[in-house]
Amino acid sequence: MGRKLLIEHAQVEGIRTYEVYRKQGGYRSVEKALKSMSPEGVLEEVKKSGLRGRGGAGFPTGMKWSFLAKPEGVPRYLLCNADESEPGTFKDRYLMEKIPHLLIEGMITSSYALGANTSYIYIRGEYSWIVFILEKAIQEAYANGWLGKNILGSGYDLDLYVAPGAGAYICGEETALIESLEGKRGNPRVKPPFPAVKGLWASPTVVNNVETIAAVVPIINDGGDEYAKIGIGKSTGTKLISAGGNINRPGVYEIELGVPVEEFIYSDEYCGGIKNGKQLKACVPGGSSVPILPHFLINKTANGEQRLMTYESLSDGGFVSGSMLGSGGFIVYDEDQCIVRNTWNFARFYRHESCGQCSPCREGTGWMEKVLWRMENGQGKLSDIDMLVDIAKKIEGNTICPLGDAAAWPVAAAVRHFREEFEWHVHEPKACMERNYGLVREPVAV
Amino acid sequence: MTTTSATNGTPFQFSEAALAEAKALMQKFPEGKHKSAILRILHIAQEENHGWLSIAAMDQVAAVMSIHPIEVYEVATFYSMYNLEPVGKYVLEFCHTGPCAIEGAERIIAYTQQKLGIGTGKTTPDGVFTIKEVECLGACGYAPMMQVGEFYHEHLTEAKIDQFLEDCRAGKIDKGTWKMH
Repeated sequence: MGRKLLIEHAQVEGIRTYEVYRKQGGYRSVEKALKSMSPEGVLEEVKKSGLRGRGGAGFPTGMKWSFLAKPEGVPRYLLCNADESEPGTFKDRYLMEKIPHLLIEGMITSSYALGANTSYIYIRGEYSWIVFILEKAIQEAYANGWLGKNILGSGYDLDLYVAPGAGAYICGEETALIESLEGKRGNPRVKPPFPAVKGLWASPTVVNNVETIAAVVPIINDGGDEYAKIGIGKSTGTKLISAGGNINRPGVYEIELGVPVEEFIYSDEYCGGIKNGKQLKACVPGGSSVPILPHFLINKTANGEQRLMTYESLSDGGFVSGSMLGSGGFIVYDEDQCIVRNTWNFARFYRHESCGQCSPCREGTGWMEKVLWRMENGQGKLSDIDMLVDIAKKIEGNTICPLGDAAAWPVAAAVRHFREEFEWHVHEPKACMERNYGLVREPVAV
Repeated sequence: MTTTSATNGTPFQFSEAALAEAKALMQKFPEGKHKSAILRILHIAQEENHGWLSIAAMDQVAAVMSIHPIEVYEVATFYSMYNLEPVGKYVLEFCHTGPCAIEGAERIIAYTQQKLGIGTGKTTPDGVFTIKEVECLGACGYAPMMQVGEFYHEHLTEAKIDQFLEDCRAGKIDKGTWKMH
């Protein structure tokens, strides 16, 4: 059984309230930071912890914080990215819904480290009931002296607000989030300048995922070195994985990074195996944007090594035979699922969510959706398969923000690993409407 | 202050309470940055306008926020939670994205469409139900699911849909609210 640093107390009755949260040791990190540490000292611990952004990119948090510009007389902002919208991902929701004070505590400690006196939690509008859970918790924090002026007599002031969105995946991209928070359409900005220099209202800004900010709490409580002892190599600490799809035990699990993928899928502690005794066909380990893996590349890498739940192991083999840890949105597919249909479904998602600023993404996502739809409906041509790859290539790297890449990768990976299933849709237009293809064959090394 | 829409002729006016809330929301942001409150004020306006944003409602938001109407339109048309056409009393927003789809979302949506006799994007003639299909709502482990008002309804089955529709008609379903809690 792995250690839990974030959601250990999630099932404690009343943990959503200040009293119970505090009784479980809550707000110790704020006490420790404000009473005995300098902001630089907090940053140092976060650097030592090796914590990497939990929203999907995996960028070292301490390094991101150290980029924050600190011009005299200019306010700095910490924004929490709670716009969780990556298909397959529902971990931040769980954390905020169950233990809202953990996020608030993390926001206070992190804001102190960054010298921010006003911070915002930007949350997707659909999580509207959580907006009110968070606002209630914030009120409690103010009432108990953890927010407001001169917190704990330290001279440090912080105001914290919740700002809901209104339905737009793109607002999870940090510059789109900033635009949205400024009351505009969520169109990503051209970088540079990066938010660390010019972010919210042209002021230096750090944007961090909910789970990243929550992880700062145990890092400060126990020290960065302690946190770094968990995990393997550059994948330190614990990670929330939201598991869904055709498994027996869908839900949110906190794992120590390094758990074998096979154990994660089949152990009763986690996913509990494939539902209805079916066979595993494919897995998207890190949210819809990361490459899909066929059954023979999930538990083992192409080199035959055991695949682990770490940033490095999941991406072992690059895009040829690997994927990514991403947001931890873990989607499992059984033998009855159609990869063409699933790829079309994701293409539709990206077409819908493209903000429309960049032509390759705006037009390309629509074309991929249309081509995949006709293939799924038995009207595809063999040349369509290469056309999909071609469109994906033309989107990738040619857009302002990573949504273009996120739309291209799943299509490219599906064709790469499941080409015979795509071809079957062309050769058997009738059969593909009536049944599914089943597992694809593992390529034989020559 | 009341504005009348050129396209639908229905006037819109914020309630006293909503107006006070809108003003309080604008004060959460630094001076001159009150436009940041627009998304939340639009949620409230939509709630007060029977679930959708008419031109009149958007114009009123512009007036309350002292910004140009176009600044409101361009925002309202970007975000999927804002309905720009009239909707029924209960808007059933089904997630149809990947993880929900492989757990039976398409079957549940088709069942509901058939049961209500309407397609996606349509409202029943009695004005009670609208079916919407939306992208991932972050409930992938509890699929299939729908959002109605401010709440999620998860692990949907045909029987649950039957019961839900009945409860709606009996006025037993809480849609929640965007106004202060």
